[in-house]
Formats: sequence, C-alpha cells, structure tokens
Amino acid sequence: MKPAVFDYVRAEHRDEVLEGLAREGGDARIIAGGQSLMPMLNMRLARPKTLIDIMRLPDLARIERKGGDIVIGAGVRQAALLAWPELGKTLPLAARALPWTGHVQTRSRGTVCGSIAHADPSAELPLVLCALGGEVHLRNTKKRRRVTAKDFFAGMMVTARADDEMIEAVSFPADRRACAFREVARRHGDFAIVACAAVVTENGVRLAVGGVADTPVTQEFPRLESSALDDALNAFAYELDARDDVHASARYRRDLVRLIGADLMREVLS
Amino acid sequence: MSRLSSGQRHVVRFTLNGKPCSGEAEPRMLLTDFLRYQLGATGTHVGCEHGVCGACTVEIDGNLARACLTLAVQADGCAVRTVEGLAPAPARLGILHAAFKRNHALQCGFCTAGILMSLDNFLRENPKPSEQEIRDLLTGHLCRCTGYTPIVRAAMEAAAELAGDLAKEKSDA
Repeated sequence: MKPAVFDYVRAEHRDEVLEGLAREGGDARIIAGGQSLMPMLNMRLARPKTLIDIMRLPDLARIERKGGDIVIGAGVRQAALLAWPELGKTLPLAARALPWTGHVQTRSRGTVCGSIAHADPSAELPLVLCALGGEVHLRNTKKRRRVTAKDFFAGMMVTARADDEMIEAVSFPADRRACAFREVARRHGDFAIVACAAVVTENGVRLAVGGVADTPVTQEFPRLESSALDDALNAFAYELDARDDVHASARYRRDLVRLIGADLMREVLS
Repeated sequence: MSRLSSGQRHVVRFTLNGKPCSGEAEPRMLLTDFLRYQLGATGTHVGCEHGVCGACTVEIDGNLARACLTLAVQADGCAVRTVEGLAPAPARLGILHAAFKRNHALQCGFCTAGILMSLDNFLRENPKPSEQEIRDLLTGHLCRCTGYTPIVRAAMEAAAELAGDLAKEKSDA
C-alpha cells in the first residue's frame, strides 16, 4: 500500500498552481492536508502524474467574514476552523458537525476545502455545505466562478470542478438559526453510516442527509404535526437512493433517516 | 516553486526529536518509511497505511499527524517528534510510559507508540481532561488487545501526575 510514482511540486505562489493545472489538467492533483487524498494514493485509487502541494502558499489559510458569508480558504485545516472563536456564533451547525469529521489526529492536518473537494457522500463537511446552501469558489488561469453546493456535488466523489480549476475557498452563509446534527457510525470519527443535519428556515425545516445516496440530499419540510411529519419523512426516506454496503443495508439507512430526521426536526422546532 | 521529479531521490531535512537529520526520498515515499528505513527510527509503527489505525501517529510542528498520510517531502524543514522523543533518557520511562506499564495499558504494543504520541500532545494542551475527552481522543486509534479501559485509566493517572508536577514546578518558581 504505497503510492505509485508522481512528481511533487511545492508551490509558493497561486499562479504556479493554476498554471500547473492548466498545463497538466486531470494528470495533476492538488494536495493540501492530504487526509482524503493520501489514502486514495496509498491504495492506488488515484494515480496522478503530479501532486501540487499548496500548503506553503502564504494567503490560503484565512477565515474571513465577507458580508453575510464565512469564507474559508483552501489552506484552513479542520482543527483551525473548530478552534475559530466565532464558529459557534456564526456557524453553529459546523461547530456541531466538525467534531464528527475524522479524529483529532486527522483534523489537525485535513483541510475544510479538501474534504469538500473529495466529495465523499458520507463526509460531514459536504453535508453542512449543502444544509446551509454554501458555495465553492473555483478558479483557473482565466476566470473565477462560484458553484452552489447543490450543483457542486455531482455524484460519489465526483464534483463540478473542471480539471484546470482549483478550489480557492468555500463559503458558508452565517446562519445562527436553530440547528441540529446527529450521526451514526461504527466508531466516532469514522465515515457516517447516516448523518443528518436540520436547520430552521422561514417556512419550516431543511433536512440534509449524508451517507445514504451518492451525494448529500436536502429537502425542505413545512412545520408539520407529529403524524404528518412521520409520513413526510417516510416518503422522503423511501425516495432516497440508498444502497447496501458491509456496514449497513439500504433499509437500515432509511430507518435511520426516519428516526434521526424526526428527532432533529422536533429538536430544532421546539 | 520546486519540482521534485518522480524517478529520483531528493534530500529531505527536518529535525527529529530536536536533532537535525536528513535522508533521501522519492516524492512518493511516506514519512513512515522515511523514518524507519532512512533514519532507522523504528519506534513509529506501520499498521493500516490509510490513516485508520493510528499506529503511525507522530507530531509535525506541534500538531498530530498520521505519518502514513504524510509524504516525507512534505515534512521537509519541519520539526518532527516521534515516540523516541518521549523518553527522558535512554532506558528510562516518562510519566506516561510508567502509567501505561502500571495499568497494563499495552499488551502486544503495536498501537502504543501512536497512542503515546496522541496523549502526550493532548495532555500538554488539556492538563485536566475528562474521561470522555480521553475516550474521544482514543477513537483515533485501534487497539485489539486491551479493550481501551486500561489505556483510559493510565491516561487519567498520567494527567493527574503531570498536573501535580506542573503545580510543583510553579510553586518552586
């Protein structure tokens, strides 16, 4: 379980990263904290010709407030976001979900943007980005663009990022409304069998579910009474494209969505 | 920008437990293999090689890291600490080691090097941990011998002893 051969580029300027991606396209991969990419390299599920290390770029490790958004640069490690003093006040959902993202020993290296770039359907940060309606900031040598979370996650570990684009940052709209997060996994910090996030909206609740389908799935629910809520969740869970794996059956995953979803929605509305 | 090409070995330098050291690595060489085969520092163990088991946990610039999820070339210029750096002197046990020994917190010892690194790092930042915090930290490690209970007990004892030591140092000062 050793990586296949690759060239390693230690970038010192953003242009070097963008030019490298423009030149090599899909043969190049960006490495930041490496907590998602390195396992893929070790298992040879990814075999890039070139790795471009961005962690020595000076201006990528910033957390900034821009208008109503919290913009998190590509170099911000998960541990740094968790330790950010304003996290609880501005992004309470992220504050609840981050302790479930990997372990202390991986959050210290892994980046927020890296987890989103990897787009594992059971990862917590893509789920939070979808639940809050955040955006991914992409850039190539010619232009910048922003893609909403919903459009960014195209499938299991497939995203809307083009081969010549880097993720410069992700932005979460600051949202102090009531929220809740819960996850079922084999071991705290492992990938979720099912993870759910609920956020109060103007008309009711938005429920986001990870670990079940190929991408996080979000659904808006109006304020419903108990039995109507159960019926609505039942229909939602039934429609999910759940799958069996060694850890859990599709049916068990749907059951978890019904149970956790109902608990979280009652919790945030009470 | 520096580009290190795939077929060649490149010089990698960092400090290991405070001492400057260097070796040669292809870009794809993992820090685990660099430590063990280039530097001969075999205290860091290699388990799953995809970041799950925690046996290879080390410290890079003061932060915990899986050495198997780190390239040797990424550690260039950094300060790396490994389990070898925890002993106060050759063949002497530190407080954490002694607590592990007293509580039978290891059996085969394969996972121990990584767990000691995590606890050493964590107790420095959190001198009065709760049992739940220790258990949460240990979710980043797999141990198939002990059932974790003796490890938790050893960690709590070591924390209390270290806190006492720190209090003593402060009152001496």
